[in-house]
Amino acid sequence: MAKQHANWSPYDNNGGSCVAIAGADYCVIAADTRMSTGYNILTRDYSKICKLADKCVMASSGFQADVKALQKHLGARHLIYQHQHNKQMSCPAMAQLLSNTLYYKRFFPYYSFNVLGGLDNEGKGCVFTYDAVGSYEKVGYSSQGSGSTLIMPFLDNQLKSPSPLLLPAQDAVTPLAEDEAVDLVKTVFASASERDIYTGDKLEIVVINADGLRREYIDLRKD
Amino acid sequence: MASKQPDALLGPESDSQRTQYPYVTGTSVVAIKYKDGILMASDMGGSYGSTLRYKSVERIKPIGKHSLLGASGEISDFQEILRYLDELILYDNMWDDGNSLGPKEVHNYLTRIMYNRRNKFNPLWNSLVLGGVKNGQKYLGTVSMIGVNFEDNHVASGFGNHLARPILRQEWHENLSFEDGVRLLEKCMLVLLYRDRSAINKFQIAKITDEGVTIHQPYSLKTNWEFSAFQNPSQGAVGTW
Amino acid sequence: MSTSDVELPPKGGFSFDLCRRNEMLSKKGANPPSFRKTGTTIVGLIFQDGVILGADTRATAGSIVCDKNCEKIHYMAPNIYCCGAGTAADTEAVTDMVNSQLQLHRYHTGRESRVVTALTLLKSHLFKYQGHVQAALVLGGVDVTGPHLHTIYPHGSTDTLPFATMGSGSLAAMAVFESKYREGLTKEEGINLVCEAICAGIFNDLGSGSNVDLCVITKGHKEYLRNYQVPNHRAHISSKGFTFPKKTEVLLTKITPLDEKVEVIEAGDAMEE
Repeated sequence: MAKQHANWSPYDNNGGSCVAIAGADYCVIAADTRMSTGYNILTRDYSKICKLADKCVMASSGFQADVKALQKHLGARHLIYQHQHNKQMSCPAMAQLLSNTLYYKRFFPYYSFNVLGGLDNEGKGCVFTYDAVGSYEKVGYSSQGSGSTLIMPFLDNQLKSPSPLLLPAQDAVTPLAEDEAVDLVKTVFASASERDIYTGDKLEIVVINADGLRREYIDLRKD
Repeated sequence: MASKQPDALLGPESDSQRTQYPYVTGTSVVAIKYKDGILMASDMGGSYGSTLRYKSVERIKPIGKHSLLGASGEISDFQEILRYLDELILYDNMWDDGNSLGPKEVHNYLTRIMYNRRNKFNPLWNSLVLGGVKNGQKYLGTVSMIGVNFEDNHVASGFGNHLARPILRQEWHENLSFEDGVRLLEKCMLVLLYRDRSAINKFQIAKITDEGVTIHQPYSLKTNWEFSAFQNPSQGAVGTW
Repeated sequence: MSTSDVELPPKGGFSFDLCRRNEMLSKKGANPPSFRKTGTTIVGLIFQDGVILGADTRATAGSIVCDKNCEKIHYMAPNIYCCGAGTAADTEAVTDMVNSQLQLHRYHTGRESRVVTALTLLKSHLFKYQGHVQAALVLGGVDVTGPHLHTIYPHGSTDTLPFATMGSGSLAAMAVFESKYREGLTKEEGINLVCEAICAGIFNDLGSGSNVDLCVITKGHKEYLRNYQVPNHRAHISSKGFTFPKKTEVLLTKITPLDEKVEVIEAGDAMEE
């Protein structure tokens, strides 16, 4: 019999886009809820956003099974951390842990594209952006996933953050108010779902501020 | 593929031959939530390549008290999974603590099994559909060969993703009665029979509710090949070849 | 004389000049550019008075939508239309070409074109190019012998069917047809069924999207219903709108005037109408 499936691949791309924006006293993390493979929609309602700690949330697109494994791993590590230190992990600490976790699998990577958002120890918004093998950077805003090539230039235009080379160092956070940032996120996803076939169905927005964590949903295009 | 990988990275296992293509396969499984629980349907064909080799393969099985498992893909891998699950359920029963694994737990277990095997570059060549009811909570999920998993109100594996889910997305609703649910599944199975070459006209439909599992006896659906355009196809294009 | 022979432009057909170069490049690992595809849902069915064709309106290049409202139902003859899926350039070129051949044939014979003529021209061309002309077509029309519906695959094989689907959304659309089509549909039932099939493609297949185009062809009459349904709208429009800051600084401005002004001399009233 002919070998019908000689090219088995351990990876798939399940699509989707993620965005995070940091403000002076808030952080907005958003992702669409479409999960797809090839030209097929697997489900219209799959959350890509995972709460890792009280003030730390990760949005991930890429290969769903790897993303899930990554989330479970970080969840377990955070539980151990709580047992050892009797407190929640801070967002910058979680950012370093995520980087280490990704780099640990440098030669069989987690095919996952993450943005991590939350509040730092001063209560200021912070966003960390990653590649699949753990290279990361603290930024004021970021986008990852299938629609990132459409979203990122628009965010750059609207929120151009100060150069990290400037002295004295300037804040990376965006100057927008919280409701303006949420509105901007809705706009970029509405635009991305117009032109990126893997982005759509529904938008999940998580806002973290001093009051805690809030979730919001809007419908996106379903075609 | 495996032979191209450097041995040092994969360890001695890379020498052994692994399932990188299936032998005997089953095609789609379709499942939906309905008013009282879960309904699941599949045909009973077992294909050896494009040969229809077996015609009475049961691809839907009850797991423990609360779950129903359907599988497409390699039949022997499915039977291996059933052995894993038998052991899982047995060890769970041996606690004798009055608890039993629900569909959510079984689904999660399957997810880890599938993902773990893909990490070893030795996949179980199946798409699994897991449905169940426990304490009045309905549960329906699926896992693929490489560990991709999700829950939904209706799921399908294999060709069902292309042919059945469009129908389900349009016609499924929360309050389907048992009769309407069966009719909806039969509609999907009929389309699959017409359009999936490895589907056969011998089906099983299974039901799971809080009362337990019922797997219906195999039966056939009525087909229609009587369109007048099918009677004499060349009549439709006289003058060409 | 002998050199000018070589440099003459080709009279027709494709230029294969760079095939060997491209083969060499691809062996070295270069990726050819991606073309605009109409990863598509196109369908057609026969109803009691004629044929209905339908199409979605999304054109993609890889994962990006490059046209949200393109036309995929092409004109072939007054009584024949053709839906195209595949590489956009190929579907357009092949339908345009057969369209003009049919026109010439009508001038020559003074008779209405037949669907089977269009079918034969299309399949001959596609077979000749062995699948390299990537056009998958649904051809429909009504001629003196009645209503006809055909599918044509890129390699040139054809099919004569009561209902047909093509493109990446063909399975979603076929699921609708297989469960709901019957013979002798009325015009309204036919239109609704075609709409439903196209919508199944639009909402279930990522290669298809946006709007529904229809074309209803009956004996001596046709209706091209562009954007018959518009089921997809933008999800969110910002209440405030956006400003686009001009952050690129202008460092230097220098204007160099053209050296000579060309005087236009009136040459009588030859150009006046």
